[in-house]
Amino acid sequence: MNGPDDFELDATELVRPYVITKGRRLPDDDQLSLITLVTAAPEQVQRPLRLSPEEQRLLDLCSAGYLSVAEIAGHTRLPLGVVRIMLAGLTEAGYLITRPPVARARLADKELLEEVLSGLRAKFG
Amino acid sequence: MVSGPSLGERPSLRSRDYVAGGATQTAVKILVVGHFAVGKTTLIGSISEIEPLSTEETMTRAAQDVDDLKGVRGKTTTTVAMDFGRLTISDRVVLYLFGTPGQVRFVQMWEDMARGALGALVLVDPERLADSFAVIDLIEQYGLDYAIAVNNFDGNPVRAEASLREALDLLEDTPVVTCDARDEKSSAAALTTLVSYLLARVG
Repeated sequence: MNGPDDFELDATELVRPYVITKGRRLPDDDQLSLITLVTAAPEQVQRPLRLSPEEQRLLDLCSAGYLSVAEIAGHTRLPLGVVRIMLAGLTEAGYLITRPPVARARLADKELLEEVLSGLRAKFG
Repeated sequence: MVSGPSLGERPSLRSRDYVAGGATQTAVKILVVGHFAVGKTTLIGSISEIEPLSTEETMTRAAQDVDDLKGVRGKTTTTVAMDFGRLTISDRVVLYLFGTPGQVRFVQMWEDMARGALGALVLVDPERLADSFAVIDLIEQYGLDYAIAVNNFDGNPVRAEASLREALDLLEDTPVVTCDARDEKSSAAALTTLVSYLLARVG
Protein backbone atom coordinates (compact mmCIF):
# COMPACT_ATOMS: atom_id res chain seq x y z
CA MET A 1 0.00 0.00 0.00
CA ASN A 2 2.81 2.36 0.78
CA GLY A 3 4.65 2.90 -2.45
CA PRO A 4 7.68 5.15 -2.65
CA ASP A 5 5.38 7.99 -3.80
CA ASP A 6 3.58 8.04 -0.50
CA PHE A 7 6.76 8.61 1.37
CA GLU A 8 7.56 11.61 -0.77
CA LEU A 9 4.10 12.97 -0.09
CA ASP A 10 4.57 12.66 3.62
CA ALA A 11 8.00 14.17 3.54
CA THR A 12 6.74 17.40 2.01
CA GLU A 13 4.10 18.09 4.59
CA LEU A 14 4.61 21.81 4.89
CA VAL A 15 1.35 23.14 6.20
CA ARG A 16 0.47 22.28 9.76
CA PRO A 17 -3.03 20.95 10.43
CA TYR A 18 -4.03 23.88 12.65
CA VAL A 19 -3.27 26.24 9.78
CA ILE A 20 -5.56 24.32 7.43
CA THR A 21 -8.41 24.39 9.95
CA LYS A 22 -7.79 28.04 10.76
CA GLY A 23 -8.15 27.23 14.41
CA ARG A 24 -11.77 26.13 14.15
CA ARG A 25 -13.15 23.59 16.58
CA LEU A 26 -14.30 20.07 15.85
CA PRO A 27 -17.96 19.78 14.84
CA ASP A 28 -20.37 17.82 17.01
CA ASP A 29 -19.93 14.08 16.91
CA ASP A 30 -23.36 13.45 15.49
CA GLN A 31 -22.96 16.02 12.76
CA LEU A 32 -20.24 14.27 10.80
CA SER A 33 -19.55 10.70 11.78
CA LEU A 34 -17.08 8.39 10.07
CA ILE A 35 -19.76 7.03 7.76
CA THR A 36 -21.73 10.19 7.02
CA LEU A 37 -21.92 10.45 3.23
CA VAL A 38 -20.87 13.70 1.62
CA THR A 39 -21.27 15.06 -1.89
CA ALA A 40 -20.93 18.43 -3.60
CA ALA A 41 -24.08 20.51 -3.82
CA PRO A 42 -25.48 20.32 -7.35
CA GLU A 43 -26.42 23.97 -7.71
CA GLN A 44 -22.85 24.95 -7.15
CA VAL A 45 -22.06 27.15 -10.15
CA GLN A 46 -19.15 29.33 -9.30
CA ARG A 47 -16.74 28.46 -6.61
CA PRO A 48 -15.40 31.43 -4.74
CA LEU A 49 -11.67 31.71 -5.01
CA ARG A 50 -11.20 32.43 -1.35
CA LEU A 51 -11.46 28.76 -0.47
CA SER A 52 -8.15 27.29 0.59
CA PRO A 53 -6.39 24.78 -1.67
CA GLU A 54 -7.34 22.02 0.74
CA GLU A 55 -11.00 23.03 0.63
CA GLN A 56 -10.86 23.15 -3.16
CA ARG A 57 -9.45 19.63 -3.19
CA LEU A 58 -12.19 18.39 -0.91
CA LEU A 59 -14.83 19.88 -3.18
CA ASP A 60 -13.19 18.35 -6.24
CA LEU A 61 -13.06 14.98 -4.54
CA CYS A 62 -16.73 15.17 -3.58
CA SER A 63 -17.97 16.48 -6.90
CA ALA A 64 -18.40 13.12 -8.61
CA GLY A 65 -20.50 11.25 -6.09
CA TYR A 66 -20.97 10.29 -2.49
CA LEU A 67 -18.02 9.51 -0.26
CA SER A 68 -17.98 8.77 3.42
CA VAL A 69 -16.06 11.04 5.77
CA ALA A 70 -13.59 8.26 6.55
CA GLU A 71 -12.89 7.76 2.85
CA ILE A 72 -12.36 11.45 2.23
CA ALA A 73 -9.81 11.55 5.03
CA GLY A 74 -8.07 8.53 3.54
CA HIS A 75 -7.95 9.89 0.00
CA THR A 76 -6.67 13.30 1.04
CA ARG A 77 -4.26 11.82 3.58
CA LEU A 78 -5.30 14.53 6.01
CA PRO A 79 -6.04 13.82 9.67
CA LEU A 80 -9.67 12.88 10.22
CA GLY A 81 -10.27 15.79 12.60
CA VAL A 82 -8.97 18.30 10.06
CA VAL A 83 -11.19 16.85 7.36
CA ARG A 84 -14.24 16.94 9.61
CA ILE A 85 -13.66 20.59 10.45
CA MET A 86 -13.27 21.54 6.79
CA LEU A 87 -16.29 19.48 5.73
CA ALA A 88 -18.40 21.10 8.43
CA GLY A 89 -17.33 24.54 7.21
CA LEU A 90 -18.06 23.72 3.57
CA THR A 91 -21.42 22.24 4.48
CA GLU A 92 -22.39 25.33 6.43
CA ALA A 93 -21.44 27.48 3.46
CA GLY A 94 -23.71 25.37 1.27
CA TYR A 95 -21.06 23.82 -0.98
CA LEU A 96 -21.60 20.30 0.30
CA ILE A 97 -24.57 18.13 1.10
CA THR A 98 -24.29 15.54 3.81
CA ARG A 99 -26.46 12.53 4.18
CA PRO A 100 -26.43 11.35 7.77
CA PRO A 101 -25.88 7.65 8.26
CA VAL A 102 -28.99 5.70 9.06
CA ALA A 103 -30.00 6.02 12.68
CA ARG A 104 -28.40 3.32 14.74
CA ALA A 105 -30.76 0.63 15.84
CA ARG A 106 -30.05 -0.83 19.26
CA LEU A 107 -30.38 -4.29 17.80
CA ALA A 108 -29.41 -4.86 14.22
CA ASP A 109 -32.60 -5.43 12.32
CA LYS A 110 -33.24 -8.82 10.90
CA GLU A 111 -34.09 -7.77 7.39
CA LEU A 112 -30.87 -5.84 7.07
CA LEU A 113 -28.78 -8.75 8.30
CA GLU A 114 -30.54 -11.07 5.89
CA GLU A 115 -29.78 -8.71 3.05
CA VAL A 116 -26.13 -8.47 4.03
CA LEU A 117 -25.90 -12.24 4.28
CA SER A 118 -27.51 -12.94 0.95
CA GLY A 119 -25.41 -10.21 -0.65
CA LEU A 120 -22.22 -11.75 0.68
CA ARG A 121 -23.29 -15.19 -0.51
CA ALA A 122 -24.19 -13.87 -3.95
CA LYS A 123 -20.88 -12.07 -4.25
CA PHE A 124 -18.57 -14.77 -3.05
CA GLY A 125 -20.56 -17.91 -3.69
CA MET B 1 -0.75 16.39 1.57
CA VAL B 2 -0.12 19.86 0.26
CA SER B 3 2.03 18.45 -2.49
CA GLY B 4 -1.03 16.61 -3.81
CA PRO B 5 -2.96 17.78 -6.84
CA SER B 6 -2.49 21.50 -7.30
CA LEU B 7 -5.34 23.94 -7.43
CA GLY B 8 -7.97 23.03 -9.96
CA GLU B 9 -6.50 19.66 -10.85
CA ARG B 10 -8.90 16.80 -10.33
CA PRO B 11 -7.93 13.98 -8.02
CA SER B 12 -7.96 10.78 -10.01
CA LEU B 13 -10.72 8.74 -8.45
CA ARG B 14 -12.50 6.19 -10.56
CA SER B 15 -16.25 6.06 -10.53
CA ARG B 16 -16.31 2.86 -8.55
CA ASP B 17 -14.42 4.63 -5.79
CA TYR B 18 -17.61 6.49 -5.02
CA VAL B 19 -20.55 5.05 -3.15
CA ALA B 20 -23.02 4.04 -5.83
CA GLY B 21 -26.37 5.82 -5.55
CA GLY B 22 -25.21 7.25 -2.26
CA ALA B 23 -28.47 8.89 -1.37
CA THR B 24 -30.49 5.72 -1.14
CA GLN B 25 -28.11 3.40 0.58
CA THR B 26 -28.01 2.01 4.04
CA ALA B 27 -24.58 1.75 5.57
CA VAL B 28 -23.71 -1.10 7.86
CA LYS B 29 -20.49 -1.52 9.73
CA ILE B 30 -18.52 -4.55 10.83
CA LEU B 31 -15.32 -4.37 12.83
CA VAL B 32 -12.31 -6.50 12.15
CA VAL B 33 -10.31 -6.78 15.34
CA GLY B 34 -7.42 -8.80 16.60
CA HIS B 35 -4.08 -8.41 18.26
CA PHE B 36 -0.98 -6.92 16.73
CA ALA B 37 0.21 -8.58 13.50
CA VAL B 38 -2.64 -11.04 13.16
CA GLY B 39 -3.64 -10.02 9.62
CA LYS B 40 -6.45 -7.48 9.93
CA THR B 41 -5.09 -5.21 7.22
CA THR B 42 -4.61 -8.19 4.93
CA LEU B 43 -8.14 -9.47 5.47
CA ILE B 44 -9.77 -6.12 4.76
CA GLY B 45 -7.53 -5.72 1.73
CA SER B 46 -8.56 -9.06 0.32
CA ILE B 47 -12.31 -8.36 0.31
CA SER B 48 -12.64 -4.60 -0.03
CA GLU B 49 -13.82 -3.44 -3.45
CA ILE B 50 -11.98 -0.18 -3.09
CA GLU B 51 -8.31 -0.07 -2.44
CA PRO B 52 -8.47 -0.16 1.33
CA LEU B 53 -7.63 3.11 2.92
CA SER B 54 -5.13 2.25 5.49
CA THR B 55 -2.61 3.98 7.58
CA GLU B 56 0.31 1.62 7.44
CA GLU B 57 3.59 3.02 8.55
CA THR B 58 6.99 1.45 8.62
CA MET B 59 7.78 0.20 12.07
CA THR B 60 10.75 1.85 13.64
CA ARG B 61 13.13 0.78 16.32
CA ALA B 62 11.03 2.71 18.79
CA ALA B 63 8.34 0.06 18.46
CA GLN B 64 10.72 -2.80 19.17
CA ASP B 65 10.47 -2.32 22.89
CA VAL B 66 6.73 -1.73 22.86
CA ASP B 67 5.28 -4.16 20.34
CA ASP B 68 5.92 -7.84 20.80
CA LEU B 69 7.54 -8.96 17.59
CA LYS B 70 8.14 -12.51 18.72
CA GLY B 71 6.92 -14.94 16.12
CA VAL B 72 6.01 -12.22 13.65
CA ARG B 73 7.65 -13.07 10.43
CA GLY B 74 8.96 -10.25 8.28
CA LYS B 75 6.48 -7.64 9.46
CA THR B 76 7.82 -4.22 8.54
CA THR B 77 4.75 -2.01 8.65
CA THR B 78 1.95 -1.54 11.15
CA THR B 79 -1.39 0.24 11.14
CA VAL B 80 -1.28 3.53 12.99
CA ALA B 81 -4.89 4.65 12.83
CA MET B 82 -7.28 2.25 11.18
CA ASP B 83 -8.04 0.22 8.11
CA PHE B 84 -11.11 0.91 6.14
CA GLY B 85 -12.68 -1.14 3.39
CA ARG B 86 -15.99 -1.10 1.56
CA LEU B 87 -18.17 -3.75 0.03
CA THR B 88 -21.35 -2.93 -1.88
CA ILE B 89 -23.80 -5.61 -0.84
CA SER B 90 -26.71 -4.59 -3.03
CA ASP B 91 -28.27 -1.47 -4.51
CA ARG B 92 -29.51 -0.66 -1.07
CA VAL B 93 -26.85 -1.73 1.37
CA VAL B 94 -23.18 -0.96 1.59
CA LEU B 95 -20.94 -2.68 4.12
CA TYR B 96 -18.01 -0.90 5.70
CA LEU B 97 -15.21 -2.81 7.30
CA PHE B 98 -13.20 -1.09 9.98
CA GLY B 99 -9.97 -2.55 11.21
CA THR B 100 -8.82 -1.34 14.57
CA PRO B 101 -5.16 -1.38 15.44
CA GLY B 102 -4.12 -4.19 17.68
CA GLN B 103 -1.90 -2.31 20.07
CA VAL B 104 -3.32 -1.39 23.45
CA ARG B 105 -2.37 2.25 22.94
CA PHE B 106 -5.17 2.62 20.38
CA VAL B 107 -7.97 1.49 22.66
CA GLN B 108 -9.59 4.95 22.74
CA MET B 109 -10.51 4.54 19.10
CA TRP B 110 -12.52 1.45 19.80
CA GLU B 111 -15.42 3.20 21.40
CA ASP B 112 -16.00 5.32 18.33
CA MET B 113 -15.68 2.39 16.00
CA ALA B 114 -17.75 -0.04 18.03
CA ARG B 115 -20.71 2.31 18.16
CA GLY B 116 -23.39 1.11 15.78
CA ALA B 117 -21.41 -1.84 14.45
CA LEU B 118 -23.35 -4.99 13.55
CA GLY B 119 -20.69 -7.14 15.10
CA ALA B 120 -17.01 -7.94 15.08
CA LEU B 121 -14.82 -10.49 13.44
CA VAL B 122 -12.01 -11.38 15.82
CA LEU B 123 -8.92 -12.57 14.00
CA VAL B 124 -6.82 -14.98 15.98
CA ASP B 125 -3.34 -16.34 15.40
CA PRO B 126 -3.35 -19.97 16.61
CA GLU B 127 0.29 -19.65 17.63
CA ARG B 128 -0.26 -16.60 19.78
CA LEU B 129 -3.59 -17.24 21.43
CA ALA B 130 -2.75 -15.44 24.65
CA ASP B 131 -2.46 -12.16 22.74
CA SER B 132 -6.13 -12.39 21.82
CA PHE B 133 -7.43 -12.31 25.39
CA ALA B 134 -7.24 -8.54 25.70
CA VAL B 135 -9.01 -8.06 22.38
CA ILE B 136 -11.85 -10.42 23.22
CA ASP B 137 -12.20 -8.74 26.62
CA LEU B 138 -12.60 -5.38 24.94
CA ILE B 139 -15.17 -6.61 22.44
CA GLU B 140 -17.21 -8.18 25.21
CA GLN B 141 -16.94 -4.97 27.20
CA TYR B 142 -18.48 -3.03 24.32
CA GLY B 143 -21.20 -5.63 24.08
CA LEU B 144 -20.55 -6.57 20.48
CA ASP B 145 -21.41 -10.00 19.14
CA TYR B 146 -18.42 -11.61 17.53
CA ALA B 147 -17.16 -14.61 15.64
CA ILE B 148 -13.63 -15.98 15.82
CA ALA B 149 -11.68 -16.33 12.60
CA VAL B 150 -8.48 -18.30 12.98
CA ASN B 151 -5.98 -16.95 10.50
CA ASN B 152 -3.96 -19.93 9.46
CA PHE B 153 -0.50 -18.83 8.61
CA ASP B 154 1.49 -21.08 6.32
CA GLY B 155 2.82 -24.13 7.98
CA ASN B 156 1.13 -23.67 11.31
CA PRO B 157 -0.18 -26.89 12.75
CA VAL B 158 -3.96 -26.88 12.71
CA ARG B 159 -5.29 -26.67 16.23
CA ALA B 160 -8.35 -28.65 17.17
CA GLU B 161 -11.35 -26.39 17.49
CA ALA B 162 -12.22 -27.78 20.91
CA SER B 163 -8.85 -26.91 22.40
CA LEU B 164 -9.00 -23.48 20.85
CA ARG B 165 -12.44 -22.87 22.34
CA GLU B 166 -11.20 -23.92 25.69
CA ALA B 167 -8.09 -21.78 25.46
CA LEU B 168 -10.10 -18.70 24.52
CA ASP B 169 -12.92 -19.52 26.93
CA LEU B 170 -15.60 -19.05 24.28
CA LEU B 171 -19.32 -19.46 24.71
CA GLU B 172 -20.68 -22.57 23.09
CA ASP B 173 -22.53 -20.76 20.34
CA THR B 174 -19.70 -18.40 19.36
CA PRO B 175 -18.71 -19.48 15.86
CA VAL B 176 -15.11 -20.39 15.10
CA VAL B 177 -13.90 -20.53 11.50
CA THR B 178 -10.53 -21.04 9.96
CA CYS B 179 -9.55 -18.65 7.22
CA ASP B 180 -6.70 -17.40 5.13
CA ALA B 181 -6.77 -13.62 5.36
CA ARG B 182 -5.00 -13.31 2.02
CA ASP B 183 -7.74 -15.16 0.19
CA GLU B 184 -10.85 -13.27 -0.85
CA LYS B 185 -13.19 -16.27 -0.73
CA SER B 186 -11.87 -17.44 2.59
CA SER B 187 -12.16 -13.99 4.17
CA ALA B 188 -15.67 -13.60 2.79
CA ALA B 189 -16.63 -16.97 4.23
CA ALA B 190 -15.51 -15.78 7.65
CA LEU B 191 -17.69 -12.68 7.27
CA THR B 192 -20.60 -14.81 6.13
CA THR B 193 -20.23 -16.95 9.24
CA LEU B 194 -20.30 -13.86 11.41
CA VAL B 195 -23.41 -12.44 9.74
CA SER B 196 -25.25 -15.78 9.95
CA TYR B 197 -24.47 -15.85 13.64
CA LEU B 198 -25.69 -12.28 14.12
CA LEU B 199 -28.86 -13.20 12.30
CA ALA B 200 -29.39 -16.22 14.51
CA ARG B 201 -28.97 -13.99 17.57
CA VAL B 202 -31.64 -11.60 16.37
CA GLY B 203 -34.13 -14.07 15.03
